[in-house]
Amino acid sequence: MPLIETSDGPVWKRRTTKKQLAIWVGWLIGITIVLYAWILMTEETVWFFVQDAPRQAMDIGTRMVPPKLSYMSRLWLPIWDTINIATLGTVIALFIAIPVAFAAARNTTPHFLVRAVAIFIIVSSRSVNSLIWALILVLILGPGVLAGTIAIGLRSIGFCAKLLYEGIEEIDHTQVEAIAATGASRPQQMLYGIVPQVLPTFAGVGVFRWDINIRESTILGLVGAGGIGLELNGSINTLAWTQVSMILLVILLTVIISEWVSAKVRGAII
Amino acid sequence: MSDAPTTFPSHWKKPPLVKNSTLRWGLILGFAIYLAIGLGTMDVDWERAWDGIPKGKRFILAFFPPDFSDSRNVVLDGILESVWMAIIATVAGIAISVPVGLGAASNLAPKWVYLFCRAIVAGSRTFPEVILAIFAVKLFGFGPFAGFIALAIGTIGFFAKLLAEDIENMSASQAEAIKATGASWFQWINYAIQPQVMPRMIGLSVYRLDINFRESAVVGIVGGGGIGATLNTAFDRYEFDTAAAILLIIIGIVMVLEYISGYLRKWVQ
Repeated sequence: MPLIETSDGPVWKRRTTKKQLAIWVGWLIGITIVLYAWILMTEETVWFFVQDAPRQAMDIGTRMVPPKLSYMSRLWLPIWDTINIATLGTVIALFIAIPVAFAAARNTTPHFLVRAVAIFIIVSSRSVNSLIWALILVLILGPGVLAGTIAIGLRSIGFCAKLLYEGIEEIDHTQVEAIAATGASRPQQMLYGIVPQVLPTFAGVGVFRWDINIRESTILGLVGAGGIGLELNGSINTLAWTQVSMILLVILLTVIISEWVSAKVRGAII
Repeated sequence: MSDAPTTFPSHWKKPPLVKNSTLRWGLILGFAIYLAIGLGTMDVDWERAWDGIPKGKRFILAFFPPDFSDSRNVVLDGILESVWMAIIATVAGIAISVPVGLGAASNLAPKWVYLFCRAIVAGSRTFPEVILAIFAVKLFGFGPFAGFIALAIGTIGFFAKLLAEDIENMSASQAEAIKATGASWFQWINYAIQPQVMPRMIGLSVYRLDINFRESAVVGIVGGGGIGATLNTAFDRYEFDTAAAILLIIIGIVMVLEYISGYLRKWVQ
């Protein structure tokens, strides 16, 4: 925080001139990159469609109201499927994530090579979206709920294992040492020294991921992996806009309810 | 010392996670019943799944070796398009998130602004980027512009919410001190609030860039341009070796981005 002496006395500025200049250069580079990216991206944009968008939005909007309430009778099963995909997928993911997390945490890993493999599993599971997993699994297992469940499971392993292993690395070591001092073996140390400390994290992560999975499983149907996305895709393709708005409404409600449940459960655990 | 117990308990049990035993057994029982009903109604075509296993083996073999040759430059173009799309969507999303986030902080904004901004946040957070992308493609036509719109809207929900929460959790004494100097509203934001929330926001924007890149791989599947479109084409043409190469490239770039964002976050804090 420099004071600059001028003829009218000292003037306070937030940064030195040099620092201010560096920040301006940083901004200049950033803005150049963004402008360049904008030019490249809009090269192939047909501006006619973009200009037409407000009219199109109005058009679709008026076709979407009122939502077709009678369609609800056909949505109960798909929404039940969607919830099942999310829940069972989360359960699968947690079962696989536990050993992966213990292998990835620096203080519990048996070997650094095992740790590298575990980290690779975490990163690859996290970077491939569930929709892409579903795309692959539908080709292998055929369309349906099973492909969706496994896709959600595979996608969630990385997320759960990452948060879990960070939790394991942050535990209080004195407790583990105390257990070790009683002559406990390594599995016993884990069971009585580490597991009780990470159990709340574990439950919290599971519920948090379940909430995210509800949101993700609503779209898996777009590639044929079951759930409400199947109905959404069908309705969009047949231009049944009143059904589309009904489905969006149902998705909205499901997401709000699951978010509320997840917040309540996490509040009770932590 | 005479009233000390002469026998000690020889067994000890771990205290359970849920202390109330009725609630604990209720939860276990409820979950078991749900699992039974859920699995029962799942309607899985096991025969089809069983048939799929040799098919899956052939399919996975078709993935290897990944074909990085990319003779028509489609993969490179797709990746670059995704990167540009992610950058602009992040920048535009954050630019819009800042006023929305300021408005959604309950300690800054009047009640009606607060409710309005919270409604924007909730609206853009509920729907997954893919659904946003479907509508963006309907409105703006195929291509990266639609993907950009979808990702930018997704960014608003994410960033404005976290910004608002961060502002609500900031230390009020600093804000008061600046206000006491007679600062105007903009000076107040600039000198009292911005320095407090900035470090976390920089970390979050890199994280969001990472998310947007990953999401750009899926908005392409519904027509939003980028590497997702290339990936979808590769699947449709049964060019699984190219698809494998694309997936590996995505994983590689995400790994690099994650490393950079972790490093940046440490550096900023």
